Amino acid sequence: MIPELGHFALVLALVLALVQAIVPMIGASRNRLALMAVGRPAAQGQFFFILFSYTCLTWAFIQSDFSVQLAAANSHSATPLMYKITGVWGNHEGSLLLWAMSLSLWTVAVTVFSRNLPDAFVARVLGVLGWVSTGFLSFLLVTSNPFERLLPAVGEGRDLNPLLQDPGMIIHPPLLYMGYVGFSVAFAFAIAALLSGRLDAAWARWSRPWTTVAWVFLTAGIAIGSGWAYYELGWGGWWFWDPVENASFMPWLLGTALMHSLAVTEKRGAFRSWTVLLAISAFSLSLLGTFIVRSGVITSVHAFATDPKRGLFILALLVIVIGVSLLLYAWRAPRLGGGGSFSLVSRETSLLGNNVLLSVASASVLLGTMYPLFLDALGMGKISVGPPYFESVFIPLMTPVVVLMMFGPFLRWKDDDLAKAVRKVAPAFIASVLIGLGTAYAVDHVTWRTVLGLSLAAWVVLASIQLLAGRITERAGAAMGARLRSITAAWWGMWLAHLGVGVFIIGVTLVGSLESHVDVRMQNGQHAELAGYTFTFRGVRDADGPNYDAARATIDVTRGERAIATLTPEKRLYLAQGMPMTEASIDIGPFRDVYVSLGEQLEDGSWIVSVYYKPFISWIWLGCIMMGLGGVFAAADRRYRRLAAREATVAANQRVA
Amino acid sequence: MKARSKRLMLVGGGVALLVAAVALVLSAFQQNLVFFHTPSEVAEGKAPTGKTFRVGGMVEEGSIRREADGLTVSFAITDTARVIPVSYRGTLPDLFKEGKGAVVQGKLEADGTFRATEVLAKHDENYMPPEAAHAVEQAAKAAETVSQ
Repeated sequence: MIPELGHFALVLALVLALVQAIVPMIGASRNRLALMAVGRPAAQGQFFFILFSYTCLTWAFIQSDFSVQLAAANSHSATPLMYKITGVWGNHEGSLLLWAMSLSLWTVAVTVFSRNLPDAFVARVLGVLGWVSTGFLSFLLVTSNPFERLLPAVGEGRDLNPLLQDPGMIIHPPLLYMGYVGFSVAFAFAIAALLSGRLDAAWARWSRPWTTVAWVFLTAGIAIGSGWAYYELGWGGWWFWDPVENASFMPWLLGTALMHSLAVTEKRGAFRSWTVLLAISAFSLSLLGTFIVRSGVITSVHAFATDPKRGLFILALLVIVIGVSLLLYAWRAPRLGGGGSFSLVSRETSLLGNNVLLSVASASVLLGTMYPLFLDALGMGKISVGPPYFESVFIPLMTPVVVLMMFGPFLRWKDDDLAKAVRKVAPAFIASVLIGLGTAYAVDHVTWRTVLGLSLAAWVVLASIQLLAGRITERAGAAMGARLRSITAAWWGMWLAHLGVGVFIIGVTLVGSLESHVDVRMQNGQHAELAGYTFTFRGVRDADGPNYDAARATIDVTRGERAIATLTPEKRLYLAQGMPMTEASIDIGPFRDVYVSLGEQLEDGSWIVSVYYKPFISWIWLGCIMMGLGGVFAAADRRYRRLAAREATVAANQRVA
Repeated sequence: MKARSKRLMLVGGGVALLVAAVALVLSAFQQNLVFFHTPSEVAEGKAPTGKTFRVGGMVEEGSIRREADGLTVSFAITDTARVIPVSYRGTLPDLFKEGKGAVVQGKLEADGTFRATEVLAKHDENYMPPEAAHAVEQAAKAAETVSQ
């Protein structure tokens, strides 16, 4: 009964999505307040029904109701409760329902936080979001009904894929989806602005916090996914250029470009058409990502579905979204007019340069991800594009991005003197090249990659210090506290996020240059050496869990006479699917991780043990945290609330008049 | 400088940047493509020697052997028609098993052995790497053509 209720609620949600898609749009074009006002309750009601439906599905998983096909295929009565709940999104249908729920949540957020925006604009935004939601809900209902019954019911479920039975599964997918889907709000704002022909600084200011928050979610989601892969896949890699990772990375790159382009549109009125195009592209790439992940066209951990009908449906959805928005763009954009002019040497130019580079980078990822799929679809042979391609593209493309990223903030808007600006940053720039060279010598790894990476990181750090010092000494005479208080949250956000990029580069460079790894065959009491650490094998005992059997090894790590850690890597066998799994054990440190995973047991009773030394790897995620926090600061800037309040008063006065 | 020539320079600079970036991407792309071959193609000498490529198929039953060091593994990949010997040093994926699908990436040695640097297996029990499935399918098709 409960699954049927969930199914029914989903149908009601679709009806409300259609109402939300059509009625406020008509209201906006005819200027009828009563029709526009339908948008908010429709969106909120829709959220209620999707949430209800989602709860029903979760209930089927918790109760181990194996007459529901999805639960039978992805859960097991012995699965820990946490993974019964998260198992709901560990499959095609459930994760699409999560997609629809994130979209609905964002829409409700728009209805709550947009009270100060013009009614017609909000009506159009909700209308666009309603159409997107209609597309996804009908996709769910037509091709991927999560409440499909399995009759007769089976006695026991097949359990969730063991790779997904991990704390990472609890937070990674929801965060990633909140980020992915969050770009739909920026998209809806852009389409609404195109429809109304009002593409001005106010529009950019309204879009900015939404875009930034979506970007923060996406950053966090990607970073957690990367950390999860690092400890779960058992060989210590943190990024694989897997098509699914790329699918989330492409919108991230364009989203980053979009945030910066919106800043220019808000402050200077420039780049308007470009900003709209970015908003459309970022969301299109989110949809493309969903297509890649959910259509089963790729080989990946994430590929659940292999039903061509589903792939076709998403592809059609994708074509409609991109087609309609580009048509609208082609029709409206020429009438938007240019923005404020700026000279060759200005902050606008530096932001434009980075925008172009980020877009090219995103396109290069798209090429590497999609080209093999195209060739395959056309029957022209099978190829693969691996990490070497992406690495050889990313280093040259991102180097100028990082240089410009720290140079831009030293430039004034509109017009600046190049010679003066260069003189200002030259000492820091030269110093960072020297630091890069010196550090590479110090760690005894002088390759151009190491030198380049360390120099760029030093440049980011030095320029950040100089920027902050300049900002503080700007208001000479004022007290230190007053000077610090005069800096806006948005500025701190920018500063911290950019510094985070530097920290990230330190991690990537050092782990890339200095990591080491050895596979050894070990028996009780045997030793292995790596990077100055001694690993002593202390035997293996049974450590069975609720739904798996496991062998747990004990390995003592010492450095000279000093005990460092006792690591306990496991080899598990998940019973429902008979699937083996490797659980690595890591001693995490601020300057290095020591990582051990168990291979297989050999006939003589010894084990193959993989030992990794990963210097500075945590800095990769520390950098991501700083970027994400930077985004939080930027979105929390007082100015948005103050301006919102002022606009509300203006709007209220207009209504009275 | 006049406004128009300034604009020209800006656009020209942007286009030059774009062209350089695209050229970089395309050349990197050209150099780093990894092609896929079926065991039959490799056995017929259609695969390049000294260049990295991928081979996919099933791991032949009874073919997995460990060398004395315990770390080097040799096994054979088959598309049911032809068999390619593979040697690999390192840890195998959890789901690597005889009779199941696998894809290996590496180079072909002069003696006909495929030296793998990477071994990919399936991600769960009911899933076969599409490349491996493709190889077996091709071999089956070829067999049909021959028998007709």
